[in-house]
Amino acid sequence: MDPRAAAIDDRLAGVGRIVAVTGSKGGIGKSVISSSLALAWADEGMAVGLLDLDFTSPSDHVVLGGGGRFPTEEFGVDPVVLAGVRTMSVAYFSGDAAAPMRGGDVTNTLLELLAITRWGDLDALVLDLPPGLGDIALDVVRLVPRTEFLLLGTASRVVIGSVQRAVRLLVELRAPIVGMAENLRRDGGGEVEALAAGSGVPFLGAVPYDPALEDALGDPGRLRETDFFDAVRRIGREVAGRAGTATSPPGR
Amino acid sequence: MHEFALADAVVKAAVRAAREAGMARIEAITVRVGELQQIERDLFEFSLTEVIPAAEPALQGVRFVVEEEPVRFRCRVCEREFGTPDLDRVEDADDREAIHFLPELSHAYIRCPGCGSPDFEILAGRGISLARVEGDTDPGPAPG
Ligand SMILES: Nc1ncnc2c1ncn2[C@@H]1O[C@H](COP(=O)(O)OP(=O)(O)O)[C@@H](O)[C@H]1O
Ligand SMILES: [Mg+2]
Ligand SMILES: [Zn+2]
Repeated sequence: MDPRAAAIDDRLAGVGRIVAVTGSKGGIGKSVISSSLALAWADEGMAVGLLDLDFTSPSDHVVLGGGGRFPTEEFGVDPVVLAGVRTMSVAYFSGDAAAPMRGGDVTNTLLELLAITRWGDLDALVLDLPPGLGDIALDVVRLVPRTEFLLLGTASRVVIGSVQRAVRLLVELRAPIVGMAENLRRDGGGEVEALAAGSGVPFLGAVPYDPALEDALGDPGRLRETDFFDAVRRIGREVAGRAGTATSPPGR
Repeated sequence: MHEFALADAVVKAAVRAAREAGMARIEAITVRVGELQQIERDLFEFSLTEVIPAAEPALQGVRFVVEEEPVRFRCRVCEREFGTPDLDRVEDADDREAIHFLPELSHAYIRCPGCGSPDFEILAGRGISLARVEGDTDPGPAPG
């Protein structure tokens, strides 16, 4: 019997909402948006945690300007506070070393991180998921079933198709969906909004393509001044206003 | 170091398991500890007795048995099996500490001694598991 299951319930007992940012494709802004969402909420006075679940390329600590090693103690591991956000990442343990992991390793690492991290009392915990609806997403649904999913898409046809499949899968898994947001909007747009409407999922807003973002990464002060961040802040308010509304849309 | 946290999880899981089995009192809890977790055994055993909730009658007088499980890796590339000597080669204290918290990070610090690959399986000795919970099964008051 695995004692970590009991530990996980304990560790998450003081956590209000748990919101997982997913979108199935890589490179669509899950990490920059997860990190910025957590930062925006912290700016509004919420106690916020941010757990980076992309074990092969953790990047939330880079977005928020952190690094270095983990603080530890006898009762577990304390999150690293970056710009007011309590963050946890395998990067604090492995540094720049690559840790190739297969399915079972990924599940174990997720269990272990959830079992050792002392989040304390949080209004919200943001989970930054890796690309794809694979092991991590399935494990999150299984181990922390109250997790609400925020689906991220872009107007690209290759992305729309995968977001559509992600909705279907989450519905089948009966996982709550808080809504859908669009990233990398240039001109026009509307594709993701249409997909949300067609799927019976709330549309939470669009984030513009912002050429100023790259230079602001790693510097929370500059990040807050970008148009990108403004848009994420608005989405954050939408999500905050939808506490308790996330449901799995009716499947067909 | 998170021996207290591990001990706490073990005891909570044992109480859960005992309840599910309808056990009124737990006599012995056997914990299997993987070598990769590199716990400080004395501190862990001390923690086990420390974390017993005074308010938990089922646990009064419980005995703990801690079994160690050696680590075994198997390379997926050349199929070689290997163990401890290569764990000892992780010299950096921080790296050892990282593996203690997240045993799967051995993939970042340990390489197959045969071919150098980080793509190996952890066959045994990774974490902590509750091997056995022994005790009295109380039938409880008869209904009616
Ligand atoms: N709205 C945006 N404007 C400009 N660049 C963006 C935007 N969203 C994401 N990016 C950039 O795209 C890249 C991928 O983002 P990332 O968050 O790592 O994606 P994911 O986590 O989905 O793989 C990063 O370099 C990020 O800075
Ligand atoms: Mg990412
Ligand atoms: Zn090998």
